[in-house]
Amino acid sequence: MKHLLSTEDLSLANAIRILDTAEEMAAVGDREVKKLPALRGRTVVNLFFEDSTRTRISFEAAAKRLSADVINFAAKGSSVSKGESLKDTAQTLAAMGADAVVIRHWASGAPHRLAATDWIDAAVINAGDGTHEHPTQALLDAFTMRRHWSKLAGSSSIGADLKGMRVAIAGDVLHSRVARSNVWLLRTLGAEVTLVAPPTLLPIGVEHWPCKVSYNMDDTLAQGVDAVMMLRVQGERMNASFFPSTREYSRRWGFDDNRLRALDSLGLKDTIIMHPGPMNRGLEISSAAADSPRSTVLAQVRNGVSVRMATLYLLLSGDTREPAASAGAATNTARTNTAHTNAARSNAAHSTKESN
Amino acid sequence: MTSVTNAPVPARVVLNQADIDRALTRIAHEILEANKGSKDLVLLGIPRRGYPLAVRLAHKIAAADPTVDATAIVGQLDVTMFRDDLSHQPTRPPYPTQLPRTGIDNKVVVLIDDVLYSGRTIRAALDAIIDLGRPRIVRLAVLIDRGHRELPIRADHVGKNLPTSSAEKVRVRLEETDTAADGSVVNEVVIEGGA
Amino acid sequence: MAENNGTYLIRGASILGAGAEDLLISDGIIAARGAAAATHKDADGATVIEATGLVALPGMVDVHTHLREPGREDAETVETGTRAAALGGFTAVHAMANSNPVADTAGVVEQVHSLGRAAGWVDVRPVGAVTVGLAGEQLAELGAMADSRAQVRMFSDDGICVHDPVLMRRALEYVKAFDGVVAQHAQEPRLTAGAQMNEGAVSAVLGLTGWPAVAEESIIARDVLLTQHVNSRLHVCHVSTAGSVEIIRWAKERGINVTAEVTPHHLLLTDDLVRSYNPVYKVNPPLRTDADVQALRAGLADGTIDVVGTDHAPHPSEHKECEWAQAAMGMTGLETALSVVQHTMIETGLMTWADFARVTSTAAAQIGRVTDQGRPLETGEPANIILVDPAARWTVDPAKMATMGRNSPFAGLELPGKVVSTFYKGHPTVLDGKLNTPYREPATAGAS
Repeated sequence: MKHLLSTEDLSLANAIRILDTAEEMAAVGDREVKKLPALRGRTVVNLFFEDSTRTRISFEAAAKRLSADVINFAAKGSSVSKGESLKDTAQTLAAMGADAVVIRHWASGAPHRLAATDWIDAAVINAGDGTHEHPTQALLDAFTMRRHWSKLAGSSSIGADLKGMRVAIAGDVLHSRVARSNVWLLRTLGAEVTLVAPPTLLPIGVEHWPCKVSYNMDDTLAQGVDAVMMLRVQGERMNASFFPSTREYSRRWGFDDNRLRALDSLGLKDTIIMHPGPMNRGLEISSAAADSPRSTVLAQVRNGVSVRMATLYLLLSGDTREPAASAGAATNTARTNTAHTNAARSNAAHSTKESN
Repeated sequence: MTSVTNAPVPARVVLNQADIDRALTRIAHEILEANKGSKDLVLLGIPRRGYPLAVRLAHKIAAADPTVDATAIVGQLDVTMFRDDLSHQPTRPPYPTQLPRTGIDNKVVVLIDDVLYSGRTIRAALDAIIDLGRPRIVRLAVLIDRGHRELPIRADHVGKNLPTSSAEKVRVRLEETDTAADGSVVNEVVIEGGA
Repeated sequence: MAENNGTYLIRGASILGAGAEDLLISDGIIAARGAAAATHKDADGATVIEATGLVALPGMVDVHTHLREPGREDAETVETGTRAAALGGFTAVHAMANSNPVADTAGVVEQVHSLGRAAGWVDVRPVGAVTVGLAGEQLAELGAMADSRAQVRMFSDDGICVHDPVLMRRALEYVKAFDGVVAQHAQEPRLTAGAQMNEGAVSAVLGLTGWPAVAEESIIARDVLLTQHVNSRLHVCHVSTAGSVEIIRWAKERGINVTAEVTPHHLLLTDDLVRSYNPVYKVNPPLRTDADVQALRAGLADGTIDVVGTDHAPHPSEHKECEWAQAAMGMTGLETALSVVQHTMIETGLMTWADFARVTSTAAAQIGRVTDQGRPLETGEPANIILVDPAARWTVDPAKMATMGRNSPFAGLELPGKVVSTFYKGHPTVLDGKLNTPYREPATAGAS
């Protein structure tokens, strides 16, 4: 794994690896010294073409807890807003020796461009691109769900997936990078996803997605659900006729007090309510729902740092250079290598024997 | 590391199951002796094979001193994030760090690892410990000391000193972490290559 | 300039893919064909061109080219664009009106026309804008452009749709006065606000604003009905959807005077390529699905779609080396058109070389009213001829092209067919696959 651009092409093994590593990173947050030396001397650039203080400080905290040097490059008020191209910005960061670029961009696919071109040879982490994907948000959501799901099962979350978990994602799917990343990742982890939205806020082509689609929030709840993820809805969408009014939207698609009570009367005592934030209280989610014990909103924020630490660690700690360049390290690490190759080889020998 | 192939490598067993057991019994008694008893003792195994060795040692200490609860004095210390060779290695996900409930502040921490070689793993472990608390004393116990130190680090308790050439590979196989080629239980230390 | 009056004896070329015959070119016309060629009085001293294994076709006529001059000479000039055209096997191109200034007056179309004549590589036929400044508000002086030395017959706001139905109706009516045609860029603007790619399964995943097929089809449906109502002539630029093909087929069955064009890239590429987010695949209209590609091929083969138009749209590299949403729309096409059409239509068995001549030359010249092009390869006809090696295979390398644009979506692709020679008005502008010399008009070279 050189980049984290989307969850669509994230394998189950890599997804579990990130989530498991995040569990170890979460433990660091409980220690007296909340810092690890793993990325000492590495430079992480937060390249933000779009304002997002939450995501930026989450990545910043993650990088700093791993002892990386962090450079925040807000494209607003910089040369980028004066017309400097993504290419020139990337080449500038490359010249400064960035090891990783955490990019937030209003244009779908901008992180793919950085990763696919020779403008910069750094690890690229997609921190949200247009209406495409927001993979670390989906990973932190999955991390939150996995802890909940494992706790209910009474087992360790390490190595676990989300098989059998029923997740409803409700709201403006059409414009949501969070929804897209979650659909792919939750599918990979084995959860059953239902999208709940007005037909105007679902993309043409959604029928090809690995999930169910519903136009009715109450039916979806009644059929049983283990997590409800509410998506942020922008009031401006009303002006583009995506829905008639914010009141109608709240009534039909929002998670209001009635639906909070419905969870109880439906016997869904363990169902959690999620939101990627920032919330529009009173629009897609009522205050009572957002502040209820079912709400995981703050846990999601907390888990965000762990998941981003895991991502940075897994992308940046390994040897990404040509094998020849690391030859000098062989002596220092012979012991651990020996142990690893031994295990691998004895397994190989084992299977050979079996097949004979 | 590029010399490893699937071709059979000449290997000789230097410690068998009984040898390992005797060495651990001796180390357990040395630890109790050096500490003048079991007071404040914490054993931290370094993954992967240091941890099962720490568990075995804890049981031997408990056998010698009935006041000791073996499970209460043993923990696991992952040093992955503290290594100085992270950028020269394939990425390794960390193992969990689990401390005994008593913590390590003002304790006598004995680090346990399978093989002491360059000393760099122990250097990383010392850094990891400092971020977790402030032990009164830190000691080091290893099953094998094969020499070739690259840092000023020395073990307090050694199961066996094994002079090796750096071309050789020392492999510790424990039943908790490894299985033999034929699927049977394995507990042994072998030297491969070099000859 | 003796070379203009050169005599060329083409030996053993397969005429439109049929039997091998000789062609004698002299004084800008085909002086003789077949056995008579070698014995013709002009054959003595003629330059002999061995054409065994080559296919002789009428010079290709592009109904849809962006030459960028005047205004964007950093993207392309008439000189570089027509060099690319000659190398691609063209002897005439229609230069779209969206230059700067817009080709909406007699002055601008005459400028483009004379730049084309000065270059001498192909016949440059300026397309006039339908509305002043392509603004879609007021008719440009269509009559003045028609009467100018450029003799404009095709009018288009290409790049922008003439979406006001009343304005479209008036334009269709007005061009009847001088046998003109309105070439519509069919794109309903409200349905495509901010659109980035074909709306469907891929856009849903990529989070790029969708460009629905209905935005094209609804305009075509409206325009064929308007054309029928005012009894005029409509040309539909770059048809890209299966639905559009159906509507045009229906209109033709009703006798409506409509012609349609398809680009080479819409005959081969699909929106799956957008998954790379590489803006070289960003184009207007967007790449569609495989079902659309198959419908377009079938439509071209059965005559529903009349012509192939390249929509050659060169852009400077900085307009493509950026985010998808920031990138300019368009692809180069002049130097790959023949190969892509051979690959998609002839190698698939959907068309013959004679069909190829119809869709790349004969029908195109008729739409643009280019009277001396798209003619049969017969004695006495103007010698606009190309020789093609159908067995050649080559790998597309945009850096080696004559166009200034490097934005070819076919880069790295191995394609069949190579233009060996291009004769424009009897003069070889391309020989052995390389540019030769431009055509010069003996009598008027000094005057203009």
